[in-house]
Amino acid sequence: MPTIPHLLLATTGLALATLASALPAQGSPPAQQEVARGKAVFARHCAACHGRGPGDDGSAHLPGTAALAARYQGSLPGALEERKDLDAETLLYFVRHGSGPMPMFRKTEVSDADIGSIAAYLAASAASVRK
Amino acid sequence: MSVLPPDLDATRFAEALAEMRQAAGADWVFASDEDLGPYRDSFSPVWDTQRERLASAAVAPADVAQVSAIVRIAGRFGIPLFPISTGKNFGYGGPSPNVHGSVIVDLKRMDKVLEVDEARAFALVEPGVSYFDLYRAIEERGLKLMIDCPDPGWGSPIGNSLERGIGYTMGAFRDHFGASCGMEVVLPDGEVMRTGMGALPGAKTWQEYRYGFGPDPAGLFAQGNFGIVTKMGFRLYPRPDHYRTALVTVPRRRDFVKLVEQCNILSDAMLCGEPVYASPLMALMGNPSFAALATKKGGASDAALDAAASEAALPAWQVDLQFFGPEATTRANFAHARERILSAIPTATVIAGEDFPLPATKEQLANVAQPYRSSIRRHGALGVPSLGIWKIVREDGHLGFFPVLARSGEEVFRMQRVMGDALHEFDQLPSYFNAASAPLHWHPHAFQMVFAPPVKRADPAFNAMVDTAMRRAVEVAAEHGWGDYRAAPIYQDAVSETYSFNNHALRRFHETLKDAIDPAGIIAPGRGGIWPQRFRKR
Repeated sequence: MPTIPHLLLATTGLALATLASALPAQGSPPAQQEVARGKAVFARHCAACHGRGPGDDGSAHLPGTAALAARYQGSLPGALEERKDLDAETLLYFVRHGSGPMPMFRKTEVSDADIGSIAAYLAASAASVRK
Repeated sequence: MSVLPPDLDATRFAEALAEMRQAAGADWVFASDEDLGPYRDSFSPVWDTQRERLASAAVAPADVAQVSAIVRIAGRFGIPLFPISTGKNFGYGGPSPNVHGSVIVDLKRMDKVLEVDEARAFALVEPGVSYFDLYRAIEERGLKLMIDCPDPGWGSPIGNSLERGIGYTMGAFRDHFGASCGMEVVLPDGEVMRTGMGALPGAKTWQEYRYGFGPDPAGLFAQGNFGIVTKMGFRLYPRPDHYRTALVTVPRRRDFVKLVEQCNILSDAMLCGEPVYASPLMALMGNPSFAALATKKGGASDAALDAAASEAALPAWQVDLQFFGPEATTRANFAHARERILSAIPTATVIAGEDFPLPATKEQLANVAQPYRSSIRRHGALGVPSLGIWKIVREDGHLGFFPVLARSGEEVFRMQRVMGDALHEFDQLPSYFNAASAPLHWHPHAFQMVFAPPVKRADPAFNAMVDTAMRRAVEVAAEHGWGDYRAAPIYQDAVSETYSFNNHALRRFHETLKDAIDPAGIIAPGRGGIWPQRFRKR
């Protein structure tokens, strides 16, 4: 899992606390409703870059999926929907701070609660991936 | 709030934000460093330097009444506002303002597709609507309409057209501002104005007759700072029955001159979509001897370039042609294009490409069945929004300088040579202007060429070099009559400076208007190089 600098975690502490209160209790299975909501948010805001389908004009992968596949060289899947290590805190960090070519996303686009739902969806999605 | 608006202390700013919370709701005013992070320009070459323009706060209204209220509050406190739509103007400043300490008016919550009329082929949208949203709205309703979208589909039709963005279908729709029709604007005093037929109560033609009566001020709101656009209409392309493609290659460098002339006629007569030019010789740029030839100062000779092409068994140039319409019409237009081009350039080769009925299937959209190497990006060509283009974004993004030049082969050769020479010393950058660099026929009546140097956030020295190269490019281009079409806030003054006919008569005219309409500089002071008197003195 990518390491989030402690300093940055500290600066996002308030948001994380807010986010945590919006999520199902740790250890409980994510509610189906939350997963469905997360799937819809992922489809609207993430899938065009991080989805599992092929990229445009003969590219094997969409850009975000291709970039992560290249970064992890097989140690982790390139597609977010196959990742089991993306909790809400990690997603929140990357959504709000961006990474390389990926810009930051504002709360008016993707709320903290949306990010919690995406995490629930990704967990469910990754769990359903056949090995 | 570590950044304050100009001329305002923290106490007064807190009062202003309290009023904005009253207007837009407490959850929709953002002032913490953490919340304002995503309002920085993630492609900025001046990240974390004194030149970076940061917001002091952001406010996200839900409707035009709230926009109006926010503008009035800002007016009372003298706070400059900077409106954004979806905030995706990457390469041109992203969501960052012209004036450090501006309050961003984030219009993303205003995301309604208000109307789509299939029979009369138009849409009316709010600023927070993305191309993805508009496309989805049309598809969900099963309407036979095609949108024209820029490469990344997350942009806003309103924001993109106000930046004079472009697309890839037929000429009338590729110019996104040109395809707009009617807008609603909140003026700097908070008044709500509608342009064209929108000014006539009861008119049903707001999205069909853009002029109304008297002067049409719509152009002032594109790359301008005279108001906040809250609704805008767009003409849409009735979805054609059929799509047909072809590739034309020409063997020699100077054949390009005639090729462009013929494609101009096809394009201006609306017989084809965007002609997409490329030089197959670009594939040789990895070869050091060819790269040295293609980037030779003063320009390589035609004979030397033709010899290199001949040795590599490559044509000097190619153009992808696209035809839209009824199947028989696309067939006839292709036959006409082939005959016209072969008459002008007998040594040209014309290859028929894929053709299929619209809408495209998933497989056709994937664009993997052309019998030749095509430069067309299929999603954009068919008005299907995508983020597939993001694969070209390297490092931490890039800048964009796309000088406008005449649609002629000779002018392309001149820009290759002049700009190539001017940027020769920036050898850490890829070569953007060389003998294989092709023009873009995005705008229906002009060419542009590309300078899009990368940005490396962790390498300030590299970014400083890129910044110097950008300024050099703007200056040298202008010395030869080529101007930029769109720029990030940190470059807008430099670009504005080049549009200087008659001692900057155009800029002085804009300033006179700005002083009359927005004397306190509430709406995006500095945008488009237009500064109100309050800020001109600084």
